[in-house]
Amino acid sequence: MSKITNVLLVGVGGQGTILASKILTHVAMAQGYEVKMSEIHGMAQRGGSVVTQVRMGENVYSPVIEPGEADFIVAFEQLEAYRWAHFLKKDGVLIVNTQKIVPLTVLIGAQTYPKTILSDLKERVERYIELDGLKLASEAGNAKATNVVLMGVLSKYMNFPEDTWKNALEARIPAKLLELNKIAFALGVAEAK
Amino acid sequence: MKKLMTGNEAIARGVYEYGVGVAAAYPGTPSTEILENIVKYPEVYCQWSPNEKVAMEVGIGAAIAGARSIVAMKMVGVNVAADPLFTVAYTGTRAGLVLVSADDPGMHSSQNEQDNRLYAAFAKIPLLEPSNSQEAKDMVGLAMEISEAFDTPVMIRITTRIAHSQSFVELNDPQERIIKTYERNQSKYVMLPANGRARRLVVEERMHKLADYTETVAVNYMEMDDPTVGIITSGISYQYVKEALPKASVLKLGLTNPLPSGLIKEFAAKVDKLYVVEELEPYMENEVRRLGINVVGKELFPPYGELSVRMVGEKISGQPGITVAPAFDSPVRPPVMCPGCPHRGVFYTLKQLKLIVSGDIGCYTLGAMAPLQAMDTTICMGASISAGLGMIKAHPEMAENMVAVIGDSTFLHSGITGLMDVVYNGGNLMTIILDNSITAMTGHQHNPSTGQSLMGQPAPQVDFVALCKALGIKRVTEVDPFDLTRVKEVIKSEVAAPEPSVIIAKRPCALIIKNTEKPLQVQDCSGCKMCLKLGCPALSFDEENKTAQVDQALCTGCGVCINICKFNALRKAGDGNV
Repeated sequence: MSKITNVLLVGVGGQGTILASKILTHVAMAQGYEVKMSEIHGMAQRGGSVVTQVRMGENVYSPVIEPGEADFIVAFEQLEAYRWAHFLKKDGVLIVNTQKIVPLTVLIGAQTYPKTILSDLKERVERYIELDGLKLASEAGNAKATNVVLMGVLSKYMNFPEDTWKNALEARIPAKLLELNKIAFALGVAEAK
Repeated sequence: MKKLMTGNEAIARGVYEYGVGVAAAYPGTPSTEILENIVKYPEVYCQWSPNEKVAMEVGIGAAIAGARSIVAMKMVGVNVAADPLFTVAYTGTRAGLVLVSADDPGMHSSQNEQDNRLYAAFAKIPLLEPSNSQEAKDMVGLAMEISEAFDTPVMIRITTRIAHSQSFVELNDPQERIIKTYERNQSKYVMLPANGRARRLVVEERMHKLADYTETVAVNYMEMDDPTVGIITSGISYQYVKEALPKASVLKLGLTNPLPSGLIKEFAAKVDKLYVVEELEPYMENEVRRLGINVVGKELFPPYGELSVRMVGEKISGQPGITVAPAFDSPVRPPVMCPGCPHRGVFYTLKQLKLIVSGDIGCYTLGAMAPLQAMDTTICMGASISAGLGMIKAHPEMAENMVAVIGDSTFLHSGITGLMDVVYNGGNLMTIILDNSITAMTGHQHNPSTGQSLMGQPAPQVDFVALCKALGIKRVTEVDPFDLTRVKEVIKSEVAAPEPSVIIAKRPCALIIKNTEKPLQVQDCSGCKMCLKLGCPALSFDEENKTAQVDQALCTGCGVCINICKFNALRKAGDGNV
């Protein structure tokens, strides 16, 4: 069976995982891969956990990534990284945006937001990158570009030519927001070095 | 040209390419995006109907009149549409008629997990099961062909993983959209018992013809490889089988009612051990057993939930695999009512007044979650009012603290008849219509009360007050759900009233009308945490300072929490000295 690359994007409704996955699938398609992508919608807009699964390779059947099979996890939020960490392969790469979005169960005092997320993850995962994507996106000019910062980080760990990523940004981002997002992407790339 | 599309987008593309003239639906996850994508092809007339039965009947009428028609709904919607479905199976239609049933194994966003393939068998109509987006598109064309060749409605059954997963689709130019002339045919379309009895025989003859057709149709085929393991499969399960067991021989079935008994026997004879891999019910498995063939199916796989590559591989190879448990214990993140949601204050008040709440289906079902937990029952679309009536008929004294709660779209879907029953049978029930002027939970679709059609045309708006009065409700009150003092006062007086009443809590969905108010400020907070009982994502407790805090990015300034705070600590920006 041909090698398949599995990328899991996890976050909270409204964080822009969908656009990130569109950029990623654009890149994979440009490389001539078969691509499948799966996401569970429904109540995402109401602040629930969201997960987008992207699979690429010569021949991809299932659209779904199994626990322990993700080559890359890009977590848009700390707690979501924590929740999905077991999906990562042994030698997989975990990219964590350190932003915290506290779930209602914690806000009302029914549960607590774990305090040791980042240290726990660092201990568990060898190929671990954490960054304040929100801050970098704000530096680029808009906090909403956090998703593109994270794609910039991811691009350094995936074996796709830089140009392909650039083309994907151009194809997927509206012209008036493109420059800002290119800066955001570059800040992500720099963070990965 | 090749494009990455979800199954729902691909079905819409099929509608465009295969000459469909009319499409109708009621939104429901995971089917909603089918119509939301059809509307992007202005050549096709499409509409939201008030419910699935109406959508089905619009499709039936259009197909009898001569246009290829498609109707789409989530699986529980087919329950609502079952009445016309079972009889149009007798009549057939002049042009193609296709029903898309979007099932939800795993219940990602549904109240039950019914396997609608059984509906196709029950109604005696052909059933197609795509296993990726390309097939989803192609099967719209095939379904129309079968529908017209055999004069029968056809069901396309997808599941969440087909509906919401993207895979490649080859785009083609659209066929010509031909609307046939209408031809009157009473004996075929007027289902009086005498005509029905004649058509009943036609249904049986048709199934016999389809039984031959299904043996040779291109979507039913064998992929022979290792003869020791043979797997019969369909839909998304096919993808799991191919990835888990690339060497196994496979009988891939796309047309699964009627099932090809000859092909199944032939395949069974070629392999040493035969399996059926299918999600939910043993639908194909039972048929294989009926043919007297030894097969393994639900002994290995559960009749509930989704299958996976790993599960298929482990169960069939017989080798217990690795179990990957969650690495850490993480607090759950369930969906919540948004900051500024007009429903929140109403549920807070219902909880405060300790009312028994007969609930319904929509965003407001989230009123059942902590910390509000203000809901006693939720069964199906429209059940709040009628089930509430049943409760007070069982316990008349319960009317004093009983309320039915329903949204605008759900009320129009199937709440009106319940309210009529309340009036007719003298039920002293209070009903609250939460009118946020949109079908919110499924992603903001228009409905007969919103003033706009799916195709963007202005539409007349249902007048809820006039409608309730016409049904015979004398006590109809409108309230602003942000004005909690008034909400509480009205609920108290209406629940005590000796006759049925309706309260219309009217305020647009917070995601549609963005509030221009500034976020609230906190000053002189006593730290009593009362405001946290609202369950607003913008409110939290600052453990260091022992005060409530307002998330300035999330707060919409709706001010509902101001009503709750006894210490005047939550203030509109600019009030007092903030």
